[in-house]
Amino acid sequence: MAITVVLFIVVLASLLFHWLTPWWITPLASNWGRMDQTLWITFLVTGIFFTIISLVLVWTIWRYRHRTGHKAAYEPDNPRLERWLIGITTVGIVGLLAPGLVVYADYVRPPSEAMVLEVVGEQWQWRFRFEGPDGRLGGTDTRFVTPENPFGLDPADARGLDDILVSGNEVHVPLNRPIHVFARSRDVLHDFYVPPFRARMNIVPGQVSSFWFTPTVAGRYESMCAQLCGVGHPNMRGTVIVEPEPSFRAWLGRQGTFTAALAAAAAAKAQGPAVGDPLVDRGRALAGAKGCTACHSIDGHTIVGPTWKGLFGKMESMDDGTAAKVDEAYLRDFIRNPTARSVKGYPPVMPKVELTDPELDALIAYIKALAPQ
Amino acid sequence: MAYVIPTHPDEPHHAPQSFWTRYVWSQDHKVIAVQYGCTAIAVGLVGLVLSNLMRLQLGFPGQFAFIDAERYYQFVTMHGMIMVIYLLTALFLGGFGNYLIPLMVGARDMVFPYLNMLSFWFYLLSVIVLMASFFVPGGPTGAGWTLYPPQAILPGTPGHDWGIIVMLVSLLIFIVAATMGGLNYVTTVLQARCQGMTLLRMPLSVWGIFVATILALLAFPALFVSGVMMLFDKTLGTSFFMPSLVSMGQMSAHKGGSPLLFQHLFWFFGHPEVYIVALPAFGIVSDLISVHARKAIFGYRTMVWAIVAIGGLSFVVWAHHMFVSGMNPYFGFFFATSTLIIAVPTAIKVYNWLLTLWRGDIHLSVPMLFALAFMLTFLLGGLTGLFLGNVSVDIPLSGTYFVVAHFHMVMGVAPLLVVFGGIYHWFPKITGRMLDDRLGHLHFWVTFLGTYAIFFPMHYLGLLGMPRRYHHFTDYEFIPASAHAFNAWITVIALIVGAVQMVFVFNLLWSAFRGRKAGPNPWQAASLEWSTPETPPAHGNWGPELPVVHRWAYAYSVPGAPLDFIAQHAPPGEGGAEPTYGGSHEHLGR
Repeated sequence: MAITVVLFIVVLASLLFHWLTPWWITPLASNWGRMDQTLWITFLVTGIFFTIISLVLVWTIWRYRHRTGHKAAYEPDNPRLERWLIGITTVGIVGLLAPGLVVYADYVRPPSEAMVLEVVGEQWQWRFRFEGPDGRLGGTDTRFVTPENPFGLDPADARGLDDILVSGNEVHVPLNRPIHVFARSRDVLHDFYVPPFRARMNIVPGQVSSFWFTPTVAGRYESMCAQLCGVGHPNMRGTVIVEPEPSFRAWLGRQGTFTAALAAAAAAKAQGPAVGDPLVDRGRALAGAKGCTACHSIDGHTIVGPTWKGLFGKMESMDDGTAAKVDEAYLRDFIRNPTARSVKGYPPVMPKVELTDPELDALIAYIKALAPQ
Repeated sequence: MAYVIPTHPDEPHHAPQSFWTRYVWSQDHKVIAVQYGCTAIAVGLVGLVLSNLMRLQLGFPGQFAFIDAERYYQFVTMHGMIMVIYLLTALFLGGFGNYLIPLMVGARDMVFPYLNMLSFWFYLLSVIVLMASFFVPGGPTGAGWTLYPPQAILPGTPGHDWGIIVMLVSLLIFIVAATMGGLNYVTTVLQARCQGMTLLRMPLSVWGIFVATILALLAFPALFVSGVMMLFDKTLGTSFFMPSLVSMGQMSAHKGGSPLLFQHLFWFFGHPEVYIVALPAFGIVSDLISVHARKAIFGYRTMVWAIVAIGGLSFVVWAHHMFVSGMNPYFGFFFATSTLIIAVPTAIKVYNWLLTLWRGDIHLSVPMLFALAFMLTFLLGGLTGLFLGNVSVDIPLSGTYFVVAHFHMVMGVAPLLVVFGGIYHWFPKITGRMLDDRLGHLHFWVTFLGTYAIFFPMHYLGLLGMPRRYHHFTDYEFIPASAHAFNAWITVIALIVGAVQMVFVFNLLWSAFRGRKAGPNPWQAASLEWSTPETPPAHGNWGPELPVVHRWAYAYSVPGAPLDFIAQHAPPGEGGAEPTYGGSHEHLGR
């Protein structure tokens, strides 16, 4: 008895929720309106099946509930009815599948005039590369990856020298121009996901995956990683700015090329932290080996955690409202027990890294060396 | 005809003497089933606690400081793996399969009792190894239950040193256990049915478990080899799944492997795995509905063929989990089509359950309530599968909370509702006592309404684009405050649903010793397990003579019969024969 009433309410509440939901697909900002239409068709067809079947279920339970004297009928099958039901279901399924496949046929064929954008994922940040004036991207390989060449571009490949490199999580794209995204990872799986664009693909190390879309609404969009890539996964976010072609061109013009990056790296090498102190050298090696540099830059920009450039000696504000001076004791405590406190403005995600005492000394010496004395 | 096990009650390999041989090193399928069941429920409670811990972080981010990102991913991973493999698979095959197959097909035991015992002990070992991963340096793996390389074995992922190794070893042991059990179930169904028990007279529970076991025997090897290959990648430095990469600033020594190869192997196992859990649930729920509605299952043969068809098709749909994985996009056409085809036999099953209820005499007992709740839950979970199976609808939804809501509905909550229904239904046969009805109702209502209230609205968070496997959602502009409030609400309900499972556990323990005594056949069911000479069935199940079967298991409300059911082993003169096909239906009744 109660079950019929409750099931009826559950079904009605489900339908009602569907109309009143505060959460719905983000406003479309790309050419993939037909994906939304396919979604709409799917809601319609599955909604009809859900409503009819669940209401028949409720009514059946009500009508044929046990009462004294009531007896069940004996009808073990009805092949004609079953054939009808199979037929109707098949029609429904074809109605869902056919439009879906038609849209997908476009998805797998990017237009040839599309602009190429390379997205490079790494734990836990994004980089982007555009073709230079030669209209081609240079070759890459993980063996070329160094802190100065994070894209892993082949320095001997002339096609890559004019490539435009964007380090940092913000990228601009032109409005109303098809964009063919080639996605690459240098470490683990990632996924470049911007919900209003609908289109996306996982990024797999060792291969290049691709998809395409045309941004149709100017604006600022949040991008995020949508394939679990380690503890920093929720912090791997970025921004895509869709703007008219002229402002995009202007922005692109301000980005550096690979040639410029190589030159800057050579210059920086000359004035890096004092080379020669063996403790600092050990710390530098450890910072790479233990993965610290994935979140803490040494050049002043923020990846996930605070940059180490100039960190030592600074005052940091904590989430709990207190402030602390970054000294040896602070670093030692924080590295040993990273979740005890949380620095304002940064997500509390630092993992506990296994370090021996001498290793910790070396690491702190290195961080110290990165701040002006 | 079926091969019959020698009937001497004093067979040497049987005849347990002491407490130890009777209850611990037992070779009796019923004891092994209870061992499997208790272990699975115990490990399931661990999975439940983990899910509640996860929910605490998602509902109240930052309030529970000990759930940092690392622990959160460890909880997510262990929750998923425990629930799918160590709870549901083990409970349906090792628990229900072990208990029901010999009793339902009229056998004295499984055909390989010693292997059956080994199967349980290997399963227990796999559980112990799995639990050990909480205590190894670095804790359990946090790679997600899919264990995708390369991150599963690289720094940046929790438990990438010890946790992942322990997890893989545990899985390998589990597969050994499942294989020993599976060979047994298949052989028993094919070789040890009693006289008259043709394949097309078997209850659908046996059909579901039988086909699921075949799937397990064919699918688990894919997981086994991928587990071994990943272990080699981790410990020996091979590169099956590891391309050349730079991890945390360090160039790795790996070269040339393919992370996608792992995904293909994993889902070649993983999709049939969904049906390894679903098919026994389909079978059991068919029996619950038929018994408690006092009506012959509608379209028995269609139901059997639907189970077989779903089982077969489940091997050609795996890459619908990989539409946005970066595999060759042209695969999408094939896998979307095969996936939507599988919806047809699945829909038929739903129709036939409904048509079984139609013009029935529906007794709203606790098992029936669970079966009805399953129908609504599974209907919803099945229909949302059509979103994700249709490639161009899947692209924006993949990896969001829509997926989380879908698979929890369809292969979490729905099969668990059947597990509960099945336990309330067969508990009187297993223990000779009824489970408490009032506690059963409390358990049912909170579990059904709670899980529905959690997972139905969760689909809409996925439509919004909220990605799954996020430790926190701070500072996202596209996520409104209402979504954060809803996350807190989910957490509160999840805690309540979790607490009510303790009522269920209490009911099991209390009723096993203090419950109302049940007769041999409290539900007036026709299938063979209710006709054992003793309740609970004694060792060897059937006394001196094996039963002889004269009809199918669904002779309910046959016109002219004195009772509203005719037991499968009742003399042939009592009528109630199964429908024959291709002829008229007039002879059905008598």
